[in-house]
Amino acid sequence: MDTSYITAFIEATQIVFETMLSMPITFGRPEVAESIPTKYDISGIIGLSGDVVGAVVLSFPTETAGGVVAAFAGEPLSVKSDDFADAIGELANMISGSAKAKFPGRSVSISCPTVVIGKNHRIHQPSDSTCISIPCHSPCGEFAVEVCIRETDDAVGSHQAASETASAAG
Amino acid sequence: MRVMIVDDSKTMRNIQRNVLTKLGYTELEEACDGQDALSKAGAFKPELILLDWNMPNMDGLAFLKTYRGQGHDTPIIMVTTESEKPRVVEAIKAGVNNYLVKPFTPDGLSGRIKETLEKMAAA
Repeated sequence: MDTSYITAFIEATQIVFETMLSMPITFGRPEVAESIPTKYDISGIIGLSGDVVGAVVLSFPTETAGGVVAAFAGEPLSVKSDDFADAIGELANMISGSAKAKFPGRSVSISCPTVVIGKNHRIHQPSDSTCISIPCHSPCGEFAVEVCIRETDDAVGSHQAASETASAAG
Repeated sequence: MRVMIVDDSKTMRNIQRNVLTKLGYTELEEACDGQDALSKAGAFKPELILLDWNMPNMDGLAFLKTYRGQGHDTPIIMVTTESEKPRVVEAIKAGVNNYLVKPFTPDGLSGRIKETLEKMAAA
């Protein structure tokens, strides 16, 4: 996976949490995974389509999600309420939307969010995609941004053509 | 002033509602997608609309085209994660009056609302 994709998600996560929650985030070392790890209980999922396809999963332990949602919504919410899932989904939406705007020369659309709450749930990634897990540290606790994407053939072709043109011109 | 907030996220509608209330706007209506907004706009007659882009059933751009197609010139601010230049241009061509990218601060939203209404008043 092009490292610029990882940078895009780190920057997007940082700016969403700082702007909407006034919450500083630091990051651990991103790790390649064979599948979406989803080691936590709550997942906000966004699908990507266009020049890049795949899924973005914002994954929280319940306790961390409680603190993050309270900071975002302005009040504590029950994990069983629809509003709790709504808040997680909107955070995933903003992170994915902000990140895809930073994809170099790629046109990408994002889906409406889906939120899964439950222990030991599994999310299957699109075939042939590469998965990266980005550990995140917040004052409310640990969470992760899982990115599982691949470039489509059209995107790869147009990128190569652009590079060759630039090379020939240079 | 009557303001309609169109966003599929209740959390985001609440955040925008709080900003509008602090600005002194009390006549507020909410819609969860473009279809809902169209069905409520007739009776509510909004004087300003804050419009999300990515929503189920009918997205913000489809609402914008339909609403403008009905002859309404109500000022509309697109409030969205869509920040790529081609998307912004597409929204402006479809008739949006101003644009605010999520994530935003309360001051950012307040500023965009004031700017939009001042432009409309001066026109």
